[in-house]
Amino acid sequence: MDKYETHEYDVVVIGAGGAGLRAAIESSAAGVKTALVCKSLLGKAHTVMAEGGVAASLASADTRDNWETHYRDTIKGGKYLNQWRMAQLHAQESPDRVRELQEWGAVFDRTREGGINQRNFGGHTYPRLAHVGDRTGLEIIRTLQDRGVHQGIDVYMECTIRTILKDPDGHVSGCLGYWRESGRFVVFHAKSIVLATGGIGRCWDITSNSWEYTADGHALALWAGAELIDSEFVQFHPTGMVWPPSVKGTLITEGVRGEGGVLKNIDGERFMFDNIPEMFQGEYAETEEEATRWVEAVVADRRPDARRPPELLTRDVVARAIRREVRAGRGSPHGGVFLDIASKRSAEAIKRKLPSMYHQFKELANVDITTDPMEVGPTCHYTMGGVRVDPESQETRVPGMFAAGEVAGGMHGANRLGGNSLSDLLVFGKRAGEFAARHAADRADLTAINETEVEERAAAMLEPFGREGGENPYTVHEDLRNMMQDKVGIVRTEEDLVSAIEAIASLRTRAAGVKVGGNIQYNPGWHLALDLDNMLDISEAVARSALMRTESRGAHTREDFPDSDEQTWGQQNLVTCQTESGVEVQVESLPEMPPELKELIKD
Amino acid sequence: MNQPTTQDVTLEIFRGDDDGGEMVEYTVEVQEGMVVLDAIHAVQAQHAGDLACRWNCKAGKCGSCSGEVNGHPKLMCMDRLDNYEAGETITVRPMKTFPIVKDITCDVSWNFERNAKIQTLQPRADTDWQFTQREADRVQEFRKCIECFLCQNVCHVLRDHDRKEEFIGPRFLVRLASLEMHPVDDADRLEQVKDEFGIGYCNITKCCTEACPEGITITDNAIIPMKERLVDRYYDPVLWLWRKLTGKD
Ligand SMILES: Cc1cc2nc3c(=O)[nH]c(=O)nc-3n(C[C@H](O)[C@H](O)[C@H](O)COP(=O)(O)OP(=O)(O)OC[C@H]3O[C@@H](n4cnc5c(N)ncnc54)[C@H](O)[C@@H]3O)c2cc1C
Ligand code: SF4
Ligand code: SF4
Ligand code: FES
Repeated sequence: MDKYETHEYDVVVIGAGGAGLRAAIESSAAGVKTALVCKSLLGKAHTVMAEGGVAASLASADTRDNWETHYRDTIKGGKYLNQWRMAQLHAQESPDRVRELQEWGAVFDRTREGGINQRNFGGHTYPRLAHVGDRTGLEIIRTLQDRGVHQGIDVYMECTIRTILKDPDGHVSGCLGYWRESGRFVVFHAKSIVLATGGIGRCWDITSNSWEYTADGHALALWAGAELIDSEFVQFHPTGMVWPPSVKGTLITEGVRGEGGVLKNIDGERFMFDNIPEMFQGEYAETEEEATRWVEAVVADRRPDARRPPELLTRDVVARAIRREVRAGRGSPHGGVFLDIASKRSAEAIKRKLPSMYHQFKELANVDITTDPMEVGPTCHYTMGGVRVDPESQETRVPGMFAAGEVAGGMHGANRLGGNSLSDLLVFGKRAGEFAARHAADRADLTAINETEVEERAAAMLEPFGREGGENPYTVHEDLRNMMQDKVGIVRTEEDLVSAIEAIASLRTRAAGVKVGGNIQYNPGWHLALDLDNMLDISEAVARSALMRTESRGAHTREDFPDSDEQTWGQQNLVTCQTESGVEVQVESLPEMPPELKELIKD
Repeated sequence: MNQPTTQDVTLEIFRGDDDGGEMVEYTVEVQEGMVVLDAIHAVQAQHAGDLACRWNCKAGKCGSCSGEVNGHPKLMCMDRLDNYEAGETITVRPMKTFPIVKDITCDVSWNFERNAKIQTLQPRADTDWQFTQREADRVQEFRKCIECFLCQNVCHVLRDHDRKEEFIGPRFLVRLASLEMHPVDDADRLEQVKDEFGIGYCNITKCCTEACPEGITITDNAIIPMKERLVDRYYDPVLWLWRKLTGKD
């Protein structure tokens, strides 16, 4: 093997979305040498696609808002399964993180008084999402990117990390990856590593997620000895595009409903009124008249004297309701339901508040959303599950390894509220960067890299080139995605989950034999062949956790156990780790919430 | 390869690198609503697993999938196949202005290097961060930029004359305008815009504005106002001083 290239850093951040950028900014500001590594070009991470907004109780759109209410909403949305300390820190610190972005150059939409405007979103009691039309993620990533670059962070673009390297004593020592462009290997020595790699959506067929979401960080952590938590909770966003086939899964922001959009079935019924779960009874409008009054007040920038429309229930609830309508034969022509904003807002308002939705439908579906309804259905969107971390420092149980953003778990419990991801990235990205830097500063020198290990790993990565007559990696990936969609989707049963776990085993055998053509330079087929390993292990973690949780809660719905079981599961998390025998799941009790916080979530 | 049917599309895709290459023909099946990027993905899955192509959002939001389709600058994820005649062969090439990495991906690192030279927002010390939506609008138009670099690709100063040392290009003039017109910014980048970033090279052909998938009025709203400010400054120093002291236009 050719000698690989090496770099030395105090802190290496893997991932350049909101979480990774924010971590790198904090770490380099602390004066330690920091590298930022990402698979795509800078500024193209998933964060750029976020639309609706970032949740923070700035109280500029409604002065009644405060961190306590944000905390309560987050815990209720998470069906009481969130790590309370993360939810608390998130609610307390997100306003500062948003204001800081403004100081770094982000230009949020304004209120009449000239402050940061905030919009309504599902599960948030008050208008809470600071936003820029429907391109909030772009604003955030660009702001962080410019800030980071000017601070002198070294950025390694189009570089994929495949292995976390460790000392004999178990502390991280660095990581190994390859340049996408040249296919050559590269080793980063590091005292601290921050995982900020995002999610796992490419394991499903219908998804809003890009090619990057192949569960890399989840797998890197698992393989390095860290634990995953809450893996069974995968969020299916209620409103993805359903037609034409080529855009199936592409996201339609919840902002459409926040701006007054309503859901209807083929008979024109607003079915969400019949779908208000018990825990939210009394909090949502019960008649169309009341819901309309709420929208009118919001449009007129008045404080509403009505309760919010049931379209703004949490995502798990709305996604299940849509599925039910479609199953009952009341769906739209292409197997979704209708999302109508045309009859609620003026064409001008729609174009101003939701410009990219307007553009997206016009260009990709020939639908003018200012005159016609959209057809929508659930799409795999976000993973609540992720690497288990210490709430204060974001450190995993592997010394020197931290995780933040979508790849980390625990903050959102059984279901994430819209807007709570962007704020999560900022709050915990900052914390991870701060603590990773501190950890690196406290550590003496870089430790040696095990060269034999590096060479073995590198050689293993090249195996798909030498094989005779193996399968095409794209075919194996497609089969995995269809299988997960079918058996580990929105609604699950024991039978399906058992058969999914068997299917994963046989897909693993097939993946081990895939063959790729061409050479090592910028070869997506090869990259996919490698990513199959991550996706298979993490799919198994999801399926096994889903099988174990014999109840329905938040984003996890079991047809054979349709109710929540407070007694058995109300206070239990599922934790996954890798052992000799493979992926293993265990039950663990949730940390006890302190009384003053319990007080906040009492009805 | 099978005989093309009416439901098939034939693409000619550049395969190679900066040292040369060739146009290679591939035929894939068409589904309703498909875009050029879908066809590229089908080629990858069925014919050429190693075909290099960038993409992320597949919804016109990230600016990764820029290329030249039938010679026109396009985001491939927003370019529907039914924009083309049935049976027409569609050619896909990388952007011409940048070195080719492989196939239809190119090396856009020059853009990142240039960007790093722009001074970030320098807020006024006394600002209370209150400003109106109207003030925000002006800047927000520029901040819609997804960094697809299609404007850089079509600008003749860069494309035909390769003035990459002297001219920063429309994308970054847009960014500079977004900072210069930011309601609380206190820095002055105009001299740099003139000298280091070479705004004078732009002769307002407006090709950049036409190419911009985000519909940013690059020339009229970003470049021309900065050119005017420069004229005022260098031909009307009194007015410039007045502005500087009062912060008013
Ligand atoms: C269409 C869409 C709309 C959304 N809208 C909202 C919204 O309005 N509000 C909200 O709060 N949330 C929203 N979300 C969710 C939110 O955008 C994401 O959860 C969040 O951006 C994830 O950020 P991150 O920093 O964790 O990861 P990302 O932004 O995804 O970044 C991951 C980074 O890791 C890198 N990476 C991954 N694997 C590797 C590897 N092996 N080696 C090196 N680098 C690697 C990637 O290249 C990338 O740079 C939306 C999501 C989508 C898809
Ligand atoms: S208007 Fe100026 S910047 Fe735009 S393409 Fe023409 S010369 Fe280039
Ligand atoms: S200004 Fe327009 S064309 Fe230029 S990079 Fe930005 S989005 Fe692309
Ligand atoms: S893939 Fe993001 S703009 Fe085309």
